[in-house]
Formats: sequence, C-alpha cells, structure tokens
Amino acid sequence: MEARLTTLDVRDVTIRRGGRVILERLRFTAGGGELLAIMGESGTGKTSVLRAIAGLDPIAAGEIRIGGVRLAPGRPPRGPHARELHRSVGIVFQFHHLFAHRTALDNVWLAPVHVLREPRAAAEPRARALLDALGVGARAGALPHELSGGEAQRVAIARALAVEPPVLLMDEPTSSLDPARRSDLAATLRALAAAGRTILMATHDAEFVHACGSRTVTLRAAG
Amino acid sequence: MLRIPAFGLAVLLMLASQTRAQSAPELRWGGDSEGGAPFVEADPRDPAKVVGFDVEIAALLARELGRVPRFVQVSFTTLEASAVRGDFDIGLSGIEDTPARRARLAVTVPYYEFREVLTVREADRDRYRTLADLRGRRVATLGATLAYDLLVAAQSEHGVIPVTYEDDVHPYSDLAIGRVDAVVLDEVLAARGVRRDAGLVNQDADLGVGYYVGILAPGQTALRDRMDEILTQAMRDGRLEAIFRRWDMWNGDQPRLYARVLADADGGLPPVPGQDVGRAPALTAAAAPGPWEAARRYLPALIQAALITLALSCAAMALAIALGVLIASGRVYGARPLQVALTGYVEVMRGTPLLLQLLVLYFGLASIIQLPAFVAAFVGLGLNYAAYESEIYRGALEAVPQGQLDAARTLGFTDAQTLALVRGPQAFRLALAPMTNDFVALLKDSSLVSLITVVELTRQTTIFAANIGSWLVPGALCAALYLAMSLPLARLARRLEKGWRRG
Repeated sequence: MEARLTTLDVRDVTIRRGGRVILERLRFTAGGGELLAIMGESGTGKTSVLRAIAGLDPIAAGEIRIGGVRLAPGRPPRGPHARELHRSVGIVFQFHHLFAHRTALDNVWLAPVHVLREPRAAAEPRARALLDALGVGARAGALPHELSGGEAQRVAIARALAVEPPVLLMDEPTSSLDPARRSDLAATLRALAAAGRTILMATHDAEFVHACGSRTVTLRAAG
Repeated sequence: MLRIPAFGLAVLLMLASQTRAQSAPELRWGGDSEGGAPFVEADPRDPAKVVGFDVEIAALLARELGRVPRFVQVSFTTLEASAVRGDFDIGLSGIEDTPARRARLAVTVPYYEFREVLTVREADRDRYRTLADLRGRRVATLGATLAYDLLVAAQSEHGVIPVTYEDDVHPYSDLAIGRVDAVVLDEVLAARGVRRDAGLVNQDADLGVGYYVGILAPGQTALRDRMDEILTQAMRDGRLEAIFRRWDMWNGDQPRLYARVLADADGGLPPVPGQDVGRAPALTAAAAPGPWEAARRYLPALIQAALITLALSCAAMALAIALGVLIASGRVYGARPLQVALTGYVEVMRGTPLLLQLLVLYFGLASIIQLPAFVAAFVGLGLNYAAYESEIYRGALEAVPQGQLDAARTLGFTDAQTLALVRGPQAFRLALAPMTNDFVALLKDSSLVSLITVVELTRQTTIFAANIGSWLVPGALCAALYLAMSLPLARLARRLEKGWRRG
C-alpha cells in the first residue's frame, strides 16, 4: 500500500469558536511518510486543529495546504474542492463514529463504492483484506455497537484507509485501548508512515508518542 | 353549505329554555335542526328559536300535556339511541316508521305519509325514469333511512350503486354537478332539493311510501298512548291539518292516512305501516332480526367496508410518507423561503380540523375541481398526515448524531449521499415507532371520510346499528375489525425494530 507522498503545511492558522480564540498562529509542517503528534493539555485545541484540516470547521486566519489543496478562512469547502480535500485527508475520530446501522465490513466499503465509484465486487474483498490486516477480519459482520473500543478503532482506521488518503488524522488514538493494544497500534502507525503516509495525531499520551517514534508539536493554553 | 354552528345553537337554545323552564314541567323533545325546514330549523329571524312542522307538533303535544316544550338538539343518525338513553321524552324530526323501530321503541301513530321520490337532472328526465334505468349508476340518499334500504334492495335487483350522505343538501348539489346520477329521498326533501337546485326534476315513479312518527324510550308506553290520543284528536279536529297547511305539506294522501289511523285507533289496534296501505307498496325493512342473526347478515358488508378502510389508509399513508419525506428534507436542507413555506403548510394542516379539510376539499372546491369521493378522501387524509409525518422525519433527521454526518463528510460523501446512505436510514429507524402510531391513528381517522360519502368501516357500522337499533353487536364487530387491522401492524413494527437491532 504505497501512498502518494503528500506534505501537510499549516501556516499561521488561527481558530475561533463563538468569538473565543482557541489557537493563534499555529504553524507546522509534516512531510510525506512522517508521524507527527500534536500534544497538549485538554482544551488547548488539539481536536480543533484536526477538524480544521479535515474541512469540518472553518479557520479564522492563515491557511492550510495538503498537497495541492488549500484551505483558507471562511466556510469549509463544498463541492469538488471538498471532494479533493477528502481524497487527500482521512480522519479517525476519538469516538470512531462508525455508521451505526451498517456492519463493520459495510462501513469500510461504502466510501470506495459510492465516492470512488469502485465496483462493489472489488471494494468488498479489499475492505475485508483491510480488516484482516488490522486484525479485525473476524468481526466483519458485527454492528458497531457490538464491537469493543479497540475493535471499533481498527474498523475506523480501515474505513479511513479504504479511500487511500495520503494524510491520516487520528484523534486521541489510545483513549480506548489497553496497554497491549497500544503497542500494536504504534506498530501499525509506524508501518503506515513507512509506506509513505503522513500521519498527524492529537494525543496527550507521551508514552505512546515515544513508542511511535513521533516528532511532536506542543500546544499551550492561551493567555 | 356547512352547518357547523348547529351545536353552538343547540347550546344556546338549551340555556335559553332552561331559564324559563323552572315553573312548569318540561316536555323535552329531540330533533336535528340541521335537518332544516320544514322539519326543524333555526328561525332565520331569531336563531335562538327553532321552527318547523315538527316544532309545532311538539308544541301541540306539550300544550295538551300541560308541559313546556324544550328542544334538545340530537344529530339525526343518533336520535334513536338518544331516545333509548332517555335524553328526551319524544323524538320528532321526520323520523320514519319501521318495524325495527316499533320492535325497539315506543312509537306514536304515524302523523304524516310521504312518498319516496326519484330526482334526476333535467337532461336525464327521459333517460332515468325508474331505478331500473340506473344500472351501474351512482344514486344518492341519506344513510339509515327507508330510501337507503330501498336503494340497497335496488342494488341487488337493478345494479344501482347507493351513495350515502349525512345531510340532505349535498345529495342534490352533487347531482347537479354530476357526481351522482340520481337521488332517492322522501317527497318533502325532494321538493326542497328541486327548489334549491334549478335543473333538477322529480320523477313520478312510485317507489314506495313511508310515515313519520314520534319515538319514545321503550318503557314510555303510557306517555306514548297519551300522545297517540292527542295526535288522533288533532287529526279529527283539523289542528294537524292546519299545521301541515301552514308548511305547505298538505296533500290528498293525508286524509286517507288519518282515516286509517282513526279506524285503527277506534278499534284499539295500533296501526302497523306496510300492512294497511293500498295505494303503493309500503317500504318495510324485514322484521327486526336478533343480534346474532343481524351480525351474520351484516358481517360481509362490514368486512368489505373494513377493506375500504384498509385500502384508503394504506394509500393515504403512502402519500403522507412520500410528501412527509419531501417536506422534512425541505425543512432540514432547503433554502430559507422554502423552509418558511413548508413550516406554514405543516402548521395549517396540523392546526385545523381534518374534518374541515375534507369538507372543503370535497364540497368546498366542487365548483373548481370535482374529485371523486375516494380520491378526495385519499388526498385529504394524505395531505393532512403528511404534515404529521414530516414532523416525525424532521425530528428523526435532526436526532441522527452529528458525528455520523461528520464521518460521512470526511469520507467524501455528498449531502445527497449522506442523506440516502447514512442519515435517512438511521432516521427511518427512529421514525418507525411514531410512524406506526400514526398509521393506527390514520386508520381510525379515516372514519371521518364517511362525511364525504365514502362508506368505510365506521359508516357501515353506523348504518348497521341504526338498522338493528343496537350498538352492542355492531360496535363489538367494528372494534374487532379495527383491532384486526392495527394489532398486526404494531407487531410487525416491533419485529422490524428488533431485527435491525440484531443486524
């Protein structure tokens, strides 16, 4: 699974929520194949950075470049521009947000079939292979509420990887994992990065960041 | 013409008459002022008073009994049940004499004889002379009358299609605009109908005769006998004739009726209509059957009516769901002006009575678009329930967690794809239980369409109950049929929900 090498470039980004400044002039770059952790206490805006990069929330100032896609202040992108963004960036949410009414397997092949127009006959075996590779192949037929936290997270990773985004965002990846699973995940992320993906995670788990061998950006509470 | 204020009027009348009724004992008499002139109607000069020949007969009876007449408003189709309950001492409202009534109630001597009359459009004068000419045609009448029984008989004999109304105005207005091809009602109503709608004519064909009587609770035979004396005395001394002359209803049939009644009264025998008529065949429903026999006889008609209820409810629900989805999507995703317009629609449909909407759709718009009754019922119920469904869907759409939508968006789904693949299916599960409730409610609300001439389950039950004079067996059968339709549905919904939870 070699990925296109894509650079994530965050330039002087300011994020506001309801008039309150959450982040001011944040700036960092992550190159292709790099693992980068955004660290900081709760409430310092780690998740907000990921949501802004994923195009879910607007930024107030600065710009974000993901390969050829540029995000500027104003409403998050819609239409073809959004499509291009979402082909470049995948996200694994802290609480996974697997589609509650579909099986684990369905969750993985839905986007390849409906967004990438891949035939289902090809997408479904690929989805199964992804689940196998992440160690949850046996749970393919389960509904999200039947999965443990760790299983749900791996299904969510498979779902994000199924559209093959060169940049993968992960929000608090270790929050639902026991210690044994954490080292498995660290190995997985290292492998993904080694294959050329740019991985940006928001976490306050320094031990895990160390296990991943990741570079870090640390946010501090404003004022 | 809608006669909604009748109830308010009745309340006023009751209040007005109660204040002066303290001194003398009252004669409470029941009638339906919606029936209108010449029977009972609100006085155009003083709507707090009622006028009509039945009003004058009530006054005559009260005077002779030394009582003060007090009018009690009762809808025509429930007069009989009210008499049994004792809501009034005597019912007088152009009530027809039938053996079934005689079997269940204390009935006075007949005080007026009428012929059933066939009314057609002027253009069809030569085409539709008798019921036999109306094979496959829709013929209107009032439900629970002799004319209705006559049409049911003509249905098997001549293949006419009976259409029942709740009032005697709309049969004639619908005849004039071509929704039905003939009307059969008694001559008093027919004369009024032809006066109101130019272009209608009454045919000469003798369909049968009937009599108006007063009805009392079954135990009130002593009072009934006293009233019979008063009525026969009034026949002898010309006071009854004077009343009918005042209302322009006197004709050659009446002296002959009086002669027969007086002959019977002198011989001490109660007159039984249908046996003492020489001129024309009298209309007599078959002798009152027992409740089980009646149930057996009416069950096929009830089942057929239940199928109409079911078909109508399913069709209306399908329309409500389709429109409800569109309205809800418009309110969640649409531009501001569309949202405002749709909100307005929902509030109007939810904020006004379904009954009013049906009447406006069927009768009110008749001059612009003449919807067939079943179509009007389907559209009316569908449009009304669409408002309720749309609220359920809107609530369900908004209840789908934002995280699900965020996930869909970051995977690159368009809004339409997100709705079709993620938000819609999840909302549908949330909506299923309230939708089932709504369908059961719709099944029951569909009974309102009987007012626009669709004979569905409740209407058929009313006719059944009116004919046998008891609500017990018809009510139980009707309830059983409604439950047979609604219970499996609730079960199915529960199973679907469980199935989904299992995956």
